[in-house]
Amino acid sequence: MLKVTIDNKTVEVAPGTSILDAAAKVGIQIPTLCYLNLHDLNIENKPAGCRICVVEVEGRRNLAPACATDCADGMKINTHSIRVLNTRKTVMELILSDHPFDCLVCAKSGKCDLQKMAQDLGIREIRYQGEQSHYREDTSPAIIRDVDKCIMCRRCEMMCNEVQTVGVLSGVNRGFEAVVAPAFEMNLDHSECTYCGQCVAVCPTAALTEVDHTYKVIEALADPTKVVVVQTAPAVRAALGEEFGLEPGTLVTGKMVAALRQLGFNYVFDTDFAADLTIMEEGTELLTRLNKYLAGDTNANLPILTSCCPGWVNFFEHHFPELKDIPSTARSPQQMFGPIAKNYFADKIGIKREDMIVVSIMPCLAKKYECSREEFKVNGDPDVNYSVSTRELANLIKLANIDFHNLDEDDFDQPLGESTGAGVIFGTTGGVIEAAVRTAYEVHTGKTLEKVDFEQLRGMEGVRSASVDFNGLELKIGIAHGLGNARKLLEEIKAGTSQYHAIEIMACPGGCIGGGGQPLHHGDSSILKARAQALYREDAGKAIRKSHENPFIKELYEKFLGKPNSHKAHELLHTHYFDKSNQITIE
Amino acid sequence: MNCCIPTISTRATRSPLNNLNTGNTMSSIKIKLHQQDIDKLKEVCASFNNDAGELINVLHKAQGIFGYLPAEVQEIISKELNVPLAKVYGVVTFYSFFTMIPKGKHPISICTGTACYVRGAEKVLDEFKKNLNIKVGETTADGKFSLSCLRCVGACGLAPVVLVGEKTYGRVAPDMVKEILAEYKD
Repeated sequence: MLKVTIDNKTVEVAPGTSILDAAAKVGIQIPTLCYLNLHDLNIENKPAGCRICVVEVEGRRNLAPACATDCADGMKINTHSIRVLNTRKTVMELILSDHPFDCLVCAKSGKCDLQKMAQDLGIREIRYQGEQSHYREDTSPAIIRDVDKCIMCRRCEMMCNEVQTVGVLSGVNRGFEAVVAPAFEMNLDHSECTYCGQCVAVCPTAALTEVDHTYKVIEALADPTKVVVVQTAPAVRAALGEEFGLEPGTLVTGKMVAALRQLGFNYVFDTDFAADLTIMEEGTELLTRLNKYLAGDTNANLPILTSCCPGWVNFFEHHFPELKDIPSTARSPQQMFGPIAKNYFADKIGIKREDMIVVSIMPCLAKKYECSREEFKVNGDPDVNYSVSTRELANLIKLANIDFHNLDEDDFDQPLGESTGAGVIFGTTGGVIEAAVRTAYEVHTGKTLEKVDFEQLRGMEGVRSASVDFNGLELKIGIAHGLGNARKLLEEIKAGTSQYHAIEIMACPGGCIGGGGQPLHHGDSSILKARAQALYREDAGKAIRKSHENPFIKELYEKFLGKPNSHKAHELLHTHYFDKSNQITIE
Repeated sequence: MNCCIPTISTRATRSPLNNLNTGNTMSSIKIKLHQQDIDKLKEVCASFNNDAGELINVLHKAQGIFGYLPAEVQEIISKELNVPLAKVYGVVTFYSFFTMIPKGKHPISICTGTACYVRGAEKVLDEFKKNLNIKVGETTADGKFSLSCLRCVGACGLAPVVLVGEKTYGRVAPDMVKEILAEYKD
């Protein structure tokens, strides 16, 4: 162990501990800006680029960046000497001297790490008035890049390259002209971007933000000729409260429903219903392939990969197109909900498809892009019209002057609002496959599950494997969250060494609870854990916890779809995938 | 292979890309590589064991072969070394040695080293820019001339010095620029 003194406090730390972590141990919070550490997910960014965290180390000529300097035995460190404070202020003023001064109208105002740091450091003037760099704005179907607001912290680059291994964003050019951009400075929609939105989730400023559909939703709600239907994804209820100052992990399902009703949605439905439907379709597909395999068919196409996550779909279409026949053909729950609402439900209430607007509330930015995919449109009319993020919903609620804290809890409308515990856990890593196992087990074995909780499928490890006893058959399951982890399992499949029957993949670390559209976690991974626990709590509290027991799902099949994987189900609830590997090459 | 490496040009990689509005406009700098070029490039990558850590060396050799680093060349290197294309592009745009623009048939290099500079190299450079209507690092639309600066060719006694291809011109004054260009009719 090493002994170091920080601001006259002595602390013992293991070799390899940074000054930043050592200081935190004795309650000293050294300010940071570019630094990001999601401990539970093994994600760390410390390029020591911003120099906000500099401290004075006795006997050392230069100030040391606390995030990237390891403690040495006997070190004496001062984190707030005059020299440190002056340097920090100067560094901050220099960063701000090349940053637009439009805080009042900026999308990130109030949630901006840069703005907060400027306040914390007491910046009241910027003494450096020089040229500011300017770059074009880049708008894609999901993400907006406004590079003028970039402070080159490289968090997005780390997420895109190391965590997600998508490799779209990189620092390019040099000096004053340096920016973070895709190859050849092409726009995001010409690149291999998956729209997972993890870059947006970690961006400290408004350099990366989501495409905002808030106003389009307001316009739809104000149109008396339209019936406006809303669906809410599972992960939203576990995080929305944070936008109103509630503790992470607070479940606000009832309040969220009440708020949506007050906003004027005609029907408040639940994506969890569509998640149950997904299990029926995807689970049936799993069992069909499994039975083929058990019958000795060598072309049984196992392992089956889940297909609920549009970021993940984009990833394999770009990076692993040779595997595009392996994922389930089941659409994501968002895109299952759309055609059921616009066909089954529209018929039921006697309106035409084009008179219905479907809005989805999603923890996700890739879902915005998914809505715009041509295969999810009928004569140009999208199955889901607008996808708004958890953050945007919070803004909508605030715009409508709704006192969120004092709302009475309300229930979803029927029939598309009824869901089981299996649907709820779709929002966290391991949840989709657990939901699938609950149904597939009972259908395959004909037995009733004694215990529906499959603890072995839960957790935050990036890649997990487990096996479930299917009446003598060891069903081998792989789980990956974060696209870098998914890549590992895909490489195994490509090499023919994969041992799994079924694999669940979610693009975002933690699954949808850590999605690019969720309230910003500002680098605190305990927030993600709390959200996951909230979903498991909601599941445990549900009367029905298996998708195939959802009475309205049963009714939907009896009255409308026939059987799972029927012709009609295929037409409305399944999709196909494209080879997009060469899309960035322009001949 | 090193002998074919073109004259170092400063900032050659920047200027044309500033004007890009969409990814589509990249097609203007896209070329179609011949199979033999692709094979040659793959050989270069293989000679470095397709090691991602050798990216700069591979780019160096590739520029030696092609004279510049068009998008296709970067794409192949990205695939062979398993380095994201954005990272390859990042390295190409970071180092002033690398360029994405083909040199002109007659590459013009103006020495802006100390001796040449104090003897009026900048005025000579301005005259070339004016006559060719291009900036440093660019190539004329007909592909005939390209313009770059370099630092000292070791002929300070002849300052200011201008190189056109292999030919050296000494004690160049701005009013000589038109005559020099006229020598290159084809």
